[in-house]
Formats: sequence, C-alpha cells, structure tokens
Amino acid sequence: MAEVAESPGDPGTASPRPLFAGLSDISISQDIPIEGEITIPMRSRSREFDSSTLNESVQNTIMRDLKAVGKKFMHVLYPRKSNTLLRDWDLWGPLILCVTLALMLQRGSVDSEKDGGPQFAEVFVIVWFGAVTITLNSKLLGGNISFFQSLCVLGYCILPLTVAMLICRLVLLAEPGPINFMVRLFVVIVMFAWSIVASTAFLADSQPPNRKALAVYPVFLFYFVISWMILTFTPQ
Amino acid sequence: MATPAAPAGGARSGAGPEWGGFEENIQGGGSAVIDMENMDDTSGSSFEDMGELHQRLREEEVDADAAAADDEDGEFLGMKGFKGQLSRQVADQMWQAGKRQASRAFSLYANIDILRPYFDVEPDQVRSRLLESMIPIKMVNFPQKIAGELYGPLMLVFTLVAILLHGMKTSDTIIREGTLMGTAIGTCFGYWLGVSSFIYFLAYLCNAQITMLQMLALLGYGLFGHCIVLFITYNIHLHALFYLFWLLVGGLSTLRMVAVLVSRTVGPTQRLLLCGTLAALHMLFLLYLHFAYHKVVEGILDTLEGPNVPPMQRVPRDVPAVLPAARLPATVLNATAKALAASLQSH
Repeated sequence: MAEVAESPGDPGTASPRPLFAGLSDISISQDIPIEGEITIPMRSRSREFDSSTLNESVQNTIMRDLKAVGKKFMHVLYPRKSNTLLRDWDLWGPLILCVTLALMLQRGSVDSEKDGGPQFAEVFVIVWFGAVTITLNSKLLGGNISFFQSLCVLGYCILPLTVAMLICRLVLLAEPGPINFMVRLFVVIVMFAWSIVASTAFLADSQPPNRKALAVYPVFLFYFVISWMILTFTPQ
Repeated sequence: MATPAAPAGGARSGAGPEWGGFEENIQGGGSAVIDMENMDDTSGSSFEDMGELHQRLREEEVDADAAAADDEDGEFLGMKGFKGQLSRQVADQMWQAGKRQASRAFSLYANIDILRPYFDVEPDQVRSRLLESMIPIKMVNFPQKIAGELYGPLMLVFTLVAILLHGMKTSDTIIREGTLMGTAIGTCFGYWLGVSSFIYFLAYLCNAQITMLQMLALLGYGLFGHCIVLFITYNIHLHALFYLFWLLVGGLSTLRMVAVLVSRTVGPTQRLLLCGTLAALHMLFLLYLHFAYHKVVEGILDTLEGPNVPPMQRVPRDVPAVLPAARLPATVLNATAKALAASLQSH
C-alpha cells in the first residue's frame, strides 16, 4: 500500500495550511486490519438454540414436548387468568385429545343399520373445523389473538370433555337405566361448564370488552355439540 | 506477508475461523450482507487472503504432516467455502422471492378482512335484531332498512344445526347414506345459502331492491323463529302444539320477511311472486324439519297396541339401478309420496 503521507510539518511556514491538509497524514496500511462484524445478534443466538435441539436425543425432545403438554393440561384443569397457553402454543395437546375422543366415540360395528353414530372422521372434522370457525369468528369480531393460539386454547379445553367421555365409558359398563343416564348427564354437564369456563378464561381477554358474549357464544355451541355426542354415545 | 494477521472478526463459530463468519451473515432472513473479505473478486486481495489463510493454517499446526494435510484441507475448504456461500446466497434469495409471492397470493385470496365489516356488531344490536325479526312492520310504502351483517345469521344457522342434531339423536333417526352431523349441517346451510340465492335471483327478475348480503341477513334472522319452534317441539312432543307454533311463530317471522320484501318491490305481480315463494319455502322448511327429524311418539304407541305402523324413518333414497332412466323420477317421487303418506297416517 502506498503511503500517501506528507511530511507532517514544515516548521516555519507562515502561510495558512488548507483546512483538511492534515488528513493526508492518515494512511491505511495492511498492518491495521479493519475489524468488525456485520451480524444480527439475535440470529446467532437462535441458530445456536436450533442446532442444539437438533442434536439432542429423541427422548429429550419427546420428554420436553410431553412436559409442555402436561403443563398446559394442568392450566386447563385449574383455569386461572394466565397466558401460558397463549404464549407458547402448540398443537400436540389438541391432537392427542381429539384423536382420543374420536377413537372412544367411534362405533365398533360396521353395521349399516346402526351407523347413526359418529365415526372417527366425523368427530375429527367437527372438532377441527369447529375450532377453525370459532377462531375466524373471533378474529372477525376484532380479537387480537392469532389463529394458532386460538386453535391451541380451544383444543386444550376439550380436556374436561375427554375426561367426561372416559367416565361415561366406565359408567356404561354398569347396567343401563335411568340412574346411569342421570350420572352421565351430570358428569357431562359439569365438564361442559368446566370447558367453557376454561376457554373463556383464556380467550376473553383477547376480545374487545363489549363483545365478549359474541365471541363466547360459538364456543358454547361447539362444546355443546361435543357434549351431546358424548352423552348420547351408546356402545354396541 | 510477514505480518501475523490477527483473525478478523471476533467470535466466529463454524468449521474454521474464516468460514464461520459467512454463516452468521448469510443464513437467516433478510440479511443481504455478503462478507466480501474472502469472496473471489477482481481485486487481487482474495489471493492475498488465500495466502494469509494458508499461512494461518500453517501457523496453527504444530506437526508438519498435520500442517500439510490441513493445507490441502484448507485449500479445499476455501474453494468450497465461497462457492458454498454463493450457492447459499442464491438459495436464500430464491426462498425470499418465493415466500414473497406466496404471501402475496395468500393475502389476496385468503384475506378474511373482506368479511370483517359484516361482523362489526355489538351484542345489544344482535339482541334487538333477533327480537325485531319476529315483529312484522306494517309500513310497506317505504323501503325498510335491512342490516347487512353476517354474525347473527351465521350463529343462528349453527344453532339450528345444534338443535337439529339434538332432535335427530332423541328420535334415533337412521341415516343410511351419510352421517348425522353432515346431514344437519348440509340441510341448514343448504337452506340458508340456497334459498337466499334463489330468492335473490327472483328478486332480480322482479326488480326488487335488495342485495345478496341483505337477503342472506334477512333469511338468516328469519331462522330465529325456526330455532324457537324446533327447540320447544323437539322436547315437548305434542302435535297440536307444533301446529300452533308453526302458524304463530313461523308465521310471524315469515310475515316480517314478506313485509320487508314488499316494501322493496314495485308492482303487485312481482310482489305476489316473490313473497309467495318466500313464504311457501320458509313455512314448508319448518314443516319438513319437524317431520323428517323427529320421533313420532304416537306412532310408537300405535305399534304397541294398534296396527303395525313403523316409526318414522328417513326413507332411503336408494334408486334401483335396473330401472330405465325415464322411470327414475317417477320412482323417486313415489318413494317420497309413500313416506309422506306413511308419516301423515301415523299422526
């Protein structure tokens, strides 16, 4: 690199030096490399995180996901105004619950005479399309919740109804009768109310305050249909 | 090149100290920064950097053999390094372009914000509109206002589906081809959308001043009467009660819709055509919903004591495949007529 350097000073020059004359003293040489990083700090951190979860064992991943799902189940069973469900949403829990419910509600027989009951695909479709419809409705009413967050909350709040289905299945093992029906009715009603309270606790804050009722009504219908399917289920 | 060059850049992760910087700059969205330090460009500096690279690698190694091996490795890495960087950059830009196109297409077609103004309602507005749908207004000389919203009608259709489901379950309706839920949803949505479109078409023919949205809203709110009647009569199985409610509640909601349409149509023939059609369809739909999906308690009692009349069932629309095409409609009509006759007889 050619060093363009003027001799620093000619002492004794009486003439005024031009304004930026001194700048020509500065030269860039290879001795002083220009350092710097043009990086986006967040990116490197997230990539480190990604690569670290990619390299961990499968058991670790599964256990971590299961623990997250379990924690959210606890939040649904004891609904408080928190936004754990909203903050890190995931759809594993809703999938597990939906599949469990659909499997239990499925009619065993392939009889064409008695296929008035819901099949697996029907329950699955009802749950997911119902959740999508409610989400779209709450977004259109002016809610500030994202699509997947709402799906996550609605799916997780099916947990009480799945528990009701399990209890009903157990109760149906006893002999049928009006007492049987009353017990099942009571259980289903309680779990239905629990589902609605849980989902309202999570969803209500995302709606403008005067439209909460408008957003909660379709949730009520949705869980009503599922409860009805559970209540009227009779095994062959 | 006697100067021991300090490694440019601070903390770098990656395979080697030089190439790690590329990863940080390229991967990740939107970073168009290319680390030009080691890129092949027309200035001769890259060769100097290559030289530096070799030097650095040589200096890092203690063993001569390892140094030699790494020398080749380093050179190999070097060539792959910036080619890899180039290809990565190109791939990144292609991804960005594709993503931009996809999101544009998505926002164009799947934009639910198109529907947002139709859902802009308050709960008391919905409540008042529900109540008004049962009150026919006498003023037919002035076009009556119809609120163009879709929340109320949509919720009413879903409520009707839920009530229908409840009715079908309690009556043990046997659906041969299809499912209960599918039938309920298909019936209710089919009625709402289909009859709205049909009446809108007729309104177009009769020069009535009504838009599709308003027709959807009008018919949707007209289903409120249906919901009430079916909710009560699916639980209280009295036919006299049903006929009373059919006339009263169904009649009121039909009258309201008819009054609104009359106020928006000019000419007696057109008014008659439009309103007659709507009234007939609306009342007949309620009749159909009650009889097609509802257990006939008296019929069951009859089977226990009287003649062997089977309880109400949905007649399977199985059309025998052997029939020639000309006789098919007749067969279907016959089957329907028989079913209706059986149901009416059993009451």
